[in-house]
Amino acid sequence: MATRSGRRDRGDRAEGAPGPTGGAIAPAGRHGSMDGLLATKEIVVACGPGGVGKTTTAAAAAVMAAVRHGSKVLVLTVDPAKRLANALGLDGIGNTEHRVPGSAFRAAGLKPRGQLWAAMLDTKESWDALIRRHAPDRQTRDEILANPLYQNISGRFVQSHDYIAMERLYEIHSESDYDLIVVDTPPTRNALDFLDAPQRMADFFSSRLLRWLIVPYRSRLVNVATKPFYSIADRILGTEFLADISEFFILFQSMYDGFVERSDAVGRLLSDRRTTFVVVSTLEAVPLREAEFFAEQLTARRLHLGAIVLNKVLPDYLRGADGGVVAEAMKEQADRFASLLAPELAAADAAIGDPTQIARVLSEVADSYLNFQVVALREMEERSTLSVAPDVLATVPFFETDIFDLTGLVRLGEQIWG
Amino acid sequence: MARHSTVTGGDDPVGSLLDLKLVFVTGKGGVGKTTVASALALFASLRGKRVLVCEVDAKGDVAGFYEAPPTGFNEREILPGLFAMTMDTEASLREYLKLQLHIPVVGRIGPLAKAFDFVATAAPGVREILTVGKLCYEVRERNYDLVVVDAPASGHIVGQLAAPQAINNLVKVGLIRSQTDWMLDILSDARATGLVAVCTPEEMPVNETIELAVRISEETTVQLAAVVVNRVLPELFGRQEEAVFDALASPGPLALLDELVDGDAAPVLDAARLAVTMRRTRSTHLDRLRQGIDPTVPMLYLPYLFTRSHGLRTTRQVAASLGEELGY
Repeated sequence: MATRSGRRDRGDRAEGAPGPTGGAIAPAGRHGSMDGLLATKEIVVACGPGGVGKTTTAAAAAVMAAVRHGSKVLVLTVDPAKRLANALGLDGIGNTEHRVPGSAFRAAGLKPRGQLWAAMLDTKESWDALIRRHAPDRQTRDEILANPLYQNISGRFVQSHDYIAMERLYEIHSESDYDLIVVDTPPTRNALDFLDAPQRMADFFSSRLLRWLIVPYRSRLVNVATKPFYSIADRILGTEFLADISEFFILFQSMYDGFVERSDAVGRLLSDRRTTFVVVSTLEAVPLREAEFFAEQLTARRLHLGAIVLNKVLPDYLRGADGGVVAEAMKEQADRFASLLAPELAAADAAIGDPTQIARVLSEVADSYLNFQVVALREMEERSTLSVAPDVLATVPFFETDIFDLTGLVRLGEQIWG
Repeated sequence: MARHSTVTGGDDPVGSLLDLKLVFVTGKGGVGKTTVASALALFASLRGKRVLVCEVDAKGDVAGFYEAPPTGFNEREILPGLFAMTMDTEASLREYLKLQLHIPVVGRIGPLAKAFDFVATAAPGVREILTVGKLCYEVRERNYDLVVVDAPASGHIVGQLAAPQAINNLVKVGLIRSQTDWMLDILSDARATGLVAVCTPEEMPVNETIELAVRISEETTVQLAAVVVNRVLPELFGRQEEAVFDALASPGPLALLDELVDGDAAPVLDAARLAVTMRRTRSTHLDRLRQGIDPTVPMLYLPYLFTRSHGLRTTRQVAASLGEELGY
């Protein structure tokens, strides 16, 4: 393991203690802060349902760690928005890690104490690299890379993303000297898929069926026990396709030991104490239930649930009981209020002194408040039912504008920093 | 809500969505894909069609959108004319073996499940083809007027829809080959099959929808039938009214307003300001979406619902809005 120089200057701080700029009151922290969490872990896996700001949250956490800690931080993203990729200097770069230049930070008025690096996950490229690593010889390597089945698995079919993301994380963690790696997880059908991927990959390569399938064709015919299996498979898939599959797996078998060993190592890394999981969600019912389920599963698998980040939470002022009363009054008495307000407005500008128009604005504004209040109250209700207890529970307010640059990421980061 | 004129002439392209036999509904996670799929199916059934709605994500909760008990692989009529099922590739394989090969799979499922899991992992596209195959089968047998699929998210749908072609390329002979041939016939028929991309007016969903449109036309034979823009915020006021609003928020009038309402009016005005900014940010993404999608693809706009609950009531509301946008 490389020297973790960035850690030293924080060595005297207890885990979970608020950072120098964390502020006295964490908005929703239970008994820890994101600052403390990121200072004590080496790998942070951001996960959760789709559409909740997972990628942005991962990037914000990494930026904050680079700015506030003297660490070398890597953010490994899967599918960043184009503008965010630009901000991280990732546009058109792909799989290799790149340092976000100091000039980008200076332009945002920031003086990072550490370094921020960024990389994007390219599934196909990562698979190819994996084959190159494990192939016993050049010929096998080239045959696999050219095999149509391999190309399908690596490029087209989705489960392979899950595995390769974790594999790449392992590779970077074991071979480079980052103090902290923040990894975004691929959008999966099931948020848990990527956790199971290393085990599934190992199971797959140890499968007895795999051995059946790659038995040379002739010996199949004499094996009474397996004959029915092959005759059905032949009828459905055709002999030629079966032969293609066999060839593919015979080639893959040469890499068997390497793969299984590697999958196990990836699995171990995820459950290591140095790794923590940050579940990102919004307070909408469906994503929140999914996030909660995920958090429960993490705990059940003895993985470390470090934090839950609740994004896009509507502002507090929408929940005040007074606000509702005021809005109701504004709506009911819009005409009366408008006639009283009209002279005042007309005094400033005659064009805006029309009572009818003022009344309409008042009632639109009041309606809008009441509408959003419904949503804001429901959000709080959802939050109060949250049944999991992470070390850190961070709430991030709704930002009116998109987050697409370092300034925006820091704005978001400060909210989750606690 | 603000109405957008969407139909761009031609021979009623929007209405034709309900004339399709097989509609895949996709979208980035969190945009309301299942809501739209459920509403579309409900609306079609209310128009008198016999409809099957099928969820492909096992964890999905289509039944919940109708407040019906969870569904399984065997479809169940949950509302008049509206049937629902949950895709299960293993059950689909069993049905396939029984119907096509006359191999009844009774007895223990354990070994079969294991073998299936293995084959599905080994031979890419097996899971996908069993899903698409079952759906095409329902269309071919004319069991329903319309099959609505709550399909995988946009990151996964291309692989699913491209699977028959991919398998077709890999498998040269055998039963599978002839099976994929008729599936492809159904999928490539723009009068029978269409893809509906659901999107919200936000940065990533818009990017993903534009990307999806390109990939669908390049990598599959399926036609993009419509883009549904979900959660469109209402326009609070026009420019002149905004000037009135700004004036109201200035110190003098605000003090008077506080007095009139006998309380603090600032939060109410702040909320309106937030709503206006949100809508403005969203409208730039909406513009990008319009520019990025082939103008002949109809765009349907659904309003933001200020409830965030889901259930039959919400599904009915969305179905009504959808119907309006479809010109009924």
